[in-house]
Amino acid sequence: MRPSELKAEDFDQYPLQAKKLAVTNIDLLRRVPLGLLPVLLREIITYDWKFPVERNNLEGQLRYLNSLSPDQLEWKLSAFRRFAPLSELEKLNWVKQPDQFVQSFTALLWSTRQMDSFRAAAETFTRELSTAVPAPLPALSRLGIVVIGQGAADTGEPLFRNLRPHGVHFTQVNPRDGLAMLGDVVAERARTHPLAYGHWYIDGGKNMAGKWDGVACVSYAALEPVRDTLLNKMQKAIRSGNMGPEELRTKLVQMRPEDLTFGGAGTDAVLNWFQVNVLTEGSGTQIFSTTFAQWSAREALRRAEPVTLLLRFAPRQRQQPMNELLSGVHSAAEVDPAGSLIDADMGAYYTWLNQQRLSGADESSFLVWFEEHREAIAIGPSMPRGTESSVRADLKQILAWIG
Amino acid sequence: MVASVRRQAPGNVAQAVSSNRREFLRLAGAASLSAGLVGFSSFAPKAVPRGQKAVVVTFGGGARDGETFAPDGQRNIPCLIKELIPQGTFFTQVVNRGILGHYVATASLATGVYETFNNFASVTPKHPTVFEYFRKALHRPPTDAWVVAPSNGFNQIGQSDHRLYGAGLGAGVILPKHLLAAALSGANTDYKHLLHDNYETPLYTPDLGSNEFQLQQVEEILRLSVSDFTTHARNLSSPDELSVYIARQLMRELAPSLLWITLHDIDVAHSGSYSLYIEGIRRSDRLCAEIWNAIRSNPEYAGKTTMFILPDFGRDSDTDSGGNGFQHHRTGDPLSRTVWMLVLGPRVRQGTTIDRAVESIDLAPTLGSLLGFGTPLVEGKPLPEVV
Repeated sequence: MRPSELKAEDFDQYPLQAKKLAVTNIDLLRRVPLGLLPVLLREIITYDWKFPVERNNLEGQLRYLNSLSPDQLEWKLSAFRRFAPLSELEKLNWVKQPDQFVQSFTALLWSTRQMDSFRAAAETFTRELSTAVPAPLPALSRLGIVVIGQGAADTGEPLFRNLRPHGVHFTQVNPRDGLAMLGDVVAERARTHPLAYGHWYIDGGKNMAGKWDGVACVSYAALEPVRDTLLNKMQKAIRSGNMGPEELRTKLVQMRPEDLTFGGAGTDAVLNWFQVNVLTEGSGTQIFSTTFAQWSAREALRRAEPVTLLLRFAPRQRQQPMNELLSGVHSAAEVDPAGSLIDADMGAYYTWLNQQRLSGADESSFLVWFEEHREAIAIGPSMPRGTESSVRADLKQILAWIG
Repeated sequence: MVASVRRQAPGNVAQAVSSNRREFLRLAGAASLSAGLVGFSSFAPKAVPRGQKAVVVTFGGGARDGETFAPDGQRNIPCLIKELIPQGTFFTQVVNRGILGHYVATASLATGVYETFNNFASVTPKHPTVFEYFRKALHRPPTDAWVVAPSNGFNQIGQSDHRLYGAGLGAGVILPKHLLAAALSGANTDYKHLLHDNYETPLYTPDLGSNEFQLQQVEEILRLSVSDFTTHARNLSSPDELSVYIARQLMRELAPSLLWITLHDIDVAHSGSYSLYIEGIRRSDRLCAEIWNAIRSNPEYAGKTTMFILPDFGRDSDTDSGGNGFQHHRTGDPLSRTVWMLVLGPRVRQGTTIDRAVESIDLAPTLGSLLGFGTPLVEGKPLPEVV
């Protein structure tokens, strides 16, 4: 089927709100080339499970494209007509399964050496959209807080190498009640500036706060039954012998919360979908808590664009070397605090990069603390870059300085 | 053009390498495209001495400059920086313009053509491999070309299905982890974890079938008892160490003229653990030095072997919002497409840095020129700096 042949009933199997959005914009969708349309439909089909910011962004982009004259629209989209898929891809059901189409199309772009030019076209298109539909400034200056190194000893290896050029490295932090102070700041921001999915707490271990009003909470430990179910399904699929890596990936991304005994009445469906996506789309999130924490934060920032994020890393399981595996020593419960500190240090840097990609970056603040230790780094408009401070202060004081 | 080849004191090489690569990566794609692929008229081809051998070491799962040649990264590659690079010719810009999947990219290195098959499919390369060119042109026996590779799909890398080459002309392929799995079958050991080598899809392990064939390789080719093999394996900490052990055993027993080793531990980066990725880099660095020392201490290889070390491609940059930094190689950005290559050997200039951009598919024709066989169907060009 070609885009020009789209009919309203083609969207009958979309979730309720997604169908409404697609049908409302069907005239526009009919004019989008197949090299781009499934990418757009992949966003539309998940509309019902999107965060408010994502919905606003998508609606704003569709409004903008609808506002263009036919010539202007064609000019914007013309770059994607060069990537006309092969006829066999046109036979795929790209309306009902846009994600599968995108996978196949991506493989085609790589194999025909068109990936670099597609990437360039996509970057240009995205940049133009961002300029035409600029993201609004946040209601509150963003604050990211990352706690790393739970259970790790100070190895003497320098921390925050990537972040030091951007802020103040504090070396005499009073660690007492540090976690509680950080929690209080998050709770206060959520109380004074209530925003749907605007405040997040992600923990690579156990949730330290229980239920927090106005804060989206995600923790690796709470997802243990879901992870077990997911791993069992993956192993069963692999043992069937009928599934290669690509088919396995397709199966994973098609999973819904109910497939993983997840959710139910009274739970947050949007947050459930987010967590399923983290576990099924993020490589390594099922196995290493540090990867889970970093990827969850990345996705939360990219999708929900929170104004507050508290991310706490916990030790991941230790990767057994080959000789231990062969000796039959099983130590699944053993953790690797030292390795996890290195993972989390890099994860903190990536979290800062992802926060800086959001609107209001110039006013954003960021704090990383080596849990129960005296080291932290603070980045913000009032923090001189590339400096070190040996002043004695607790985290509450440092957060006050960041502003 | 000669100006781009600079002989330097070994102590300056690391600094030069670092600054060259940093400068290149700062300029990103523009530099790689604008650098001329001009011929090296000052290097006339040399006669190929009889008995020349070549060992190729590739990293399946590239390591980025930030963790290697940048100032902070150099502590992860002490052997390359201090021992190996000063002894060889170092190409600072090796660009891979093909598909960034490990099997298909390694196959492209071996064929000298950007292969376009599905990276996860169990298929042979479409174009003749360097092993086939070598064996057919020089009438070499099957025992003279070997590949030691990780087990995710690499079992078919030894030969193509090309009608003029293919059947019976390829290299023998040894998949060390599958040898180990076969040797341990029946033992009460949780060896399955070792086969989880497709780090992009955790838990996925390909089934290559017959244990009998694997055990036959251990006993007849490597001339090891299964018991000795497993005993030795129990003292190794990683699959790449096992690969190097197998490679050394091949060198001792068969002394192949063309030996290709693909290391893969670094690709644990797909799991998202930065510390394990760094461990993989440090191990690969150490293993490269071990392989070079094995070459120099083995009379069959010493003084007549050229070694090539190169990653198959790189990994995504931290600043590309489409990726997740070191974890993957999905964006196709300049950092994920641009790596380096070190060439060491008796006829290779020491302490030399080549700044011009070359392509990863230049490896196969370079091997051909070095060992004295033609590679008529390749797209790459021989590197005159080392042949």
